[in-house]
Amino acid sequence: MTAGLWQNWVLPGIWITVQLLVYSAALAAVVAFTVGTARTHRSRTVRFLAGFYTEIFRGTSALVLMFWLFFVVPPLMGRQLVPMWAAVLALGLSYGAYGAEIVRGALNSVAVAQREAGIALSFTPWQRLRLILLPQAVPEMMPSFCNLLIELLKGTALVSLLGVGDVSFAAYLVRLATQESAQIYTISLVIYFVLAFVLTRSMKALERRTKRNLGIESPPGLLGGLFAKDPGRERAEDKLAGTAVAGGASK
Amino acid sequence: MTWDWSAIADFMPRFWDGVLITLQVLVLGSLISFTLGLVWAIAFRAPTRFIRWPVNLVTEFIRTTPLLVQLFFLYFVLPEWGVQFSALTTGTIAIGLHYSTYTAQVYRAGIEAVPPGQWEAATALSLPAHRTWIAVILPQAVRRITPALGNYVIAMLKDTPLLAAIGVLELLQQSRLESASTFQYTEPLTLIGIAFVLIAYPASLLVRALERRLVR
Repeated sequence: MTAGLWQNWVLPGIWITVQLLVYSAALAAVVAFTVGTARTHRSRTVRFLAGFYTEIFRGTSALVLMFWLFFVVPPLMGRQLVPMWAAVLALGLSYGAYGAEIVRGALNSVAVAQREAGIALSFTPWQRLRLILLPQAVPEMMPSFCNLLIELLKGTALVSLLGVGDVSFAAYLVRLATQESAQIYTISLVIYFVLAFVLTRSMKALERRTKRNLGIESPPGLLGGLFAKDPGRERAEDKLAGTAVAGGASK
Repeated sequence: MTWDWSAIADFMPRFWDGVLITLQVLVLGSLISFTLGLVWAIAFRAPTRFIRWPVNLVTEFIRTTPLLVQLFFLYFVLPEWGVQFSALTTGTIAIGLHYSTYTAQVYRAGIEAVPPGQWEAATALSLPAHRTWIAVILPQAVRRITPALGNYVIAMLKDTPLLAAIGVLELLQQSRLESASTFQYTEPLTLIGIAFVLIAYPASLLVRALERRLVR
């Protein structure tokens, strides 16, 4: 592959992929927390609307949604969406729907007594959410969010089909120019793999930190997703950590 | 911008063709991913690390890189290596291979959930390895993992539109062809979007029902 193609397409492509990831992850996080907490809301209407949103956006394909936002919405609104933003919107809205389920599950896993304690102390619902429920639910969400973030990273490849110049699009152009399919596609797969590896590592660190805030020490997993696969041991240690906390609380 | 029902009527023949191809990819892709996933999962438990380690690396690599790029890889690189498949076959293999790495994790969890006493009992009865797997371990594992496999079938359904990128005539490609000839984007795209929800939502209800029945 010639140096020009590398500098003009592949490197900017990596940058665009990273930008897409950051923007759509931010949007997905907002959607996830809003819709996820709405699903635990008191009012039946709010719960129904949030559930409806989740089912629609989880039910349809992210790529079809992206095409729909790009080709159908602009004539309806009378203005064109920049491909990049159509992509961010589609990724954020659909992965946010998956995230909402994670948030809901984690909120539901917080012991009921904690919520009742909040009521007994006459906290407002907002204070309960912010000071009691979320701090305990967030560490619970972290592993699932890590998986979802990797899914989102892979989802960003879809935007190349709208002509956004990300890594996949760069690969496509370089293939057209040089006809070296094996080389360029291997390189782009490795780029995604490295990005994903960096993501899992940093999410693991974040997970340990949020857990430490709750007094749960998890073992430092240096090698992580790739080599240190002994889930049995990990689970046992988690359980040990759990009993330590419970023991501390009962004293 | 108005909604044109006649565009929907014109699209119907193509739509049904697309549904058929999508379902075909889904069924064959699921079969590939279920069998290949089992192979990976058994290899995870291989006695030597020289099998375990490369298998872990390969599945992790496939799992964390985008299906779209893998699709292009297979579609453009296999012919260079002298292997010529149609777009439909390539797409089905790609989707089956990609999801096999997910189902492998599901099998792994299911196999780990089988109590160790069952392995020991099989050893005590001096069952050969293949009998241990087929008669003792897998029947107990499969029960627990069926719902999780169902979830991946739904996920696979939602990834079939990617095959449009290499020209497979599934739902999205059919709607693109339709729009290219009639300049009507709204109706075909909206229709296939609704079609995905209409297939995926009942399927997820089914998986949930399965989960209640099988996992206790």
